[in-house]
Amino acid sequence: MARGLSLVAGGAVSAQVRPAAYDRLPSGLGERWLLPAPPSPTLAELFATHPRDGGWAGFLLAQLATDKPLLWVQDRMAILESGRIHPPGLPCPELIHVEARDAKDALWAMEEGVRCTALSAVIGELWGDPKVLDFTATRRLAVAAERSGVACWLVRLGGHANLSGARMRWRIESAPSLRNPLDRRAPGVPAWEAELFRARGLPPGRWSVVHDSDRFHLVAGHRDRALGEGQRFIA
Amino acid sequence: MPAIAIERWAKANDSSPDAPIVLTVEGTHGPIIHAVTRAAAARGARAGARLTDARALDPAFIALSADPDGDAALVQRFAHWAGRWSPLVEVDGDGLRLDVSGVAHLFGGEAGLIRDMVQCFVAAGITARVAIAPTAGAAWALSHFGGDELTPLPVHALRLDPDTVRTLERLGLKTIGALLDLPRLALARRFRGGEDVVDALDRMIGRKPEPLTAAPTDPPPRALLKLEEPATHPEAAVQALERLMPGLVHQLQERQLGARRLSLAGYRVDGSVAVASVATAIPSREPKHLQRLLADKAAELNPEFGFDAFALTADWAESLASAQDSLVEEPSGTREMARLVDRLTVKLGPRAVRRPREEESHLPERASGWVAAIGSSLQAYPSTQPAAREELSRPPRLLDRPEAIAVIYATPEGLPRRFVWRRAVHDITRAEGPERIAPEWWRQPSTSRLRDYYRVEDADGWRYWIYREGLAGDGRGGAPNWFIHGLFG
Repeated sequence: MARGLSLVAGGAVSAQVRPAAYDRLPSGLGERWLLPAPPSPTLAELFATHPRDGGWAGFLLAQLATDKPLLWVQDRMAILESGRIHPPGLPCPELIHVEARDAKDALWAMEEGVRCTALSAVIGELWGDPKVLDFTATRRLAVAAERSGVACWLVRLGGHANLSGARMRWRIESAPSLRNPLDRRAPGVPAWEAELFRARGLPPGRWSVVHDSDRFHLVAGHRDRALGEGQRFIA
Repeated sequence: MPAIAIERWAKANDSSPDAPIVLTVEGTHGPIIHAVTRAAAARGARAGARLTDARALDPAFIALSADPDGDAALVQRFAHWAGRWSPLVEVDGDGLRLDVSGVAHLFGGEAGLIRDMVQCFVAAGITARVAIAPTAGAAWALSHFGGDELTPLPVHALRLDPDTVRTLERLGLKTIGALLDLPRLALARRFRGGEDVVDALDRMIGRKPEPLTAAPTDPPPRALLKLEEPATHPEAAVQALERLMPGLVHQLQERQLGARRLSLAGYRVDGSVAVASVATAIPSREPKHLQRLLADKAAELNPEFGFDAFALTADWAESLASAQDSLVEEPSGTREMARLVDRLTVKLGPRAVRRPREEESHLPERASGWVAAIGSSLQAYPSTQPAAREELSRPPRLLDRPEAIAVIYATPEGLPRRFVWRRAVHDITRAEGPERIAPEWWRQPSTSRLRDYYRVEDADGWRYWIYREGLAGDGRGGAPNWFIHGLFG
């Protein structure tokens, strides 16, 4: 499930990046598509459009490498508002979970984690707009992540896009899932509305994507009914 | 410490030394004097006498109740403190016994050691009588009765019970010398039962060993630093740590050990000890890492009136073979991870840094147990086959406590149509289920109800895991309640 990470961490970028609405969508899942990615692991910021929408987790988990352990930091408010991570539902086998008292501790733990080269990635969930999370703090994380080569994901729940040193800033929202081929009434493959609203060296864009076994697919945005209805029920 | 009770009382109450004060404990026939001030002693009061008898001599005595438990605690504290001279300290009534074999040369010989001890106790404001002797019994006798030789000491110094002492005195054997002059055989025959006089004599003159109890056979690696002057500045502990670490690491290396728990003890001039300790996830003897772990905690040690000695101890060490992974410094994954866990745990506490552990349970909240990362080895979460897991489809996020939701459904047993969670309405467009999870009857009360889990998706595409607790008419409560338990990605 998680082989998609190479797309983010590694290589070919952005030639194929086009808004979904302009694509002719073939049958099946849609167009095969590489996620825009920076050349090396760095700090990416992920905004959940709503803290009660867990869609970002699916989008993020689809990109993680699972060969090395993962450090997952949550601050207390994030746990209260949108739940604690549940290992049986995660693809990553090795995991260390940190329950930080506040954003300050969470950022400290993330920075310690980012310096540890034995990790595959550090994920930190922060609630709201904490004062300690300023440009300096995010910039420190970004520099540390680039130096050690450990990807760092800063997840913002219920926060606003203030000044940040993150190299990529995403806004993720769940979209209605694809049709379940076995049961029409059941949810199918999860889909997301992903908006890259700021990135260094990459044009911003907005896509509807699903994640298949190894890469992301563009699908019709769920608001584009004309395109969508036809496509969604082919699958 | 012959006057510990009265001195502790005087320190606590800031009294004048001239007041004729006696501390009493309750005896079978009224209060018994436990300790007296010097002024009271001059007027004829002595410990062990009845208060009424003493009052008959001089009615001016002021009687206050003693606190033997508090005194014992103070002695215990001093025993801890005396660890600065010797690692082997035992509390003996109101005194301390230290095994100083092989220690004295560190303090400039036995005379130097005694001088150091006396100075320290004077600084702490406690009268102490110190004696060094080849046997514990002799040291006790000399410290309690004074002098340089054993032979002129009274037979009390043998620590026999009062009846035996009385018998000996009646026989005219008043000193230890007199006892030693008697033939052993006769002495042994005369005092056969109960307290053995020959035994006591043998212990005193070293014919029979009298080991200190609880002698640790394998003392933990430990490095000591004694300061010329008490240090009161807050960085003292950190600086001492820097000086001590190489010594400790050297010891660990020689014994092929790695520290699992380290503690830095600062001995204060007033006879108290401040300790900072940290634990590590895997045994380590890397000076830089250990120092970094302990430095923050050491900086928090409060010097109060000043530290005059420090000891760095590896309280818990595990064997660690010397190993060189490669010529170039190449960080190994496990070690890096363990270091990360150490650092996180030291700062955030073991309850905040955890690792998942699979439990044998179908209840979702029990299936993912958490254990402190520092106590457990890093291992893969025992993953079921990915395919099997996808079939189970557990959410990546679970609420700590399932939250009650209001649900509208077509039929009581059917799929839910709409629910209200945290005051927001979610129209369910798709639902899958139920997945029925029965209560664990072997550990839950018999009234607990089964759960029917549904994966639902609302009109915006937000996906949740909700469940209905119980069935209508299952006889375990009223209408079934609905809860939200997890969020899907």
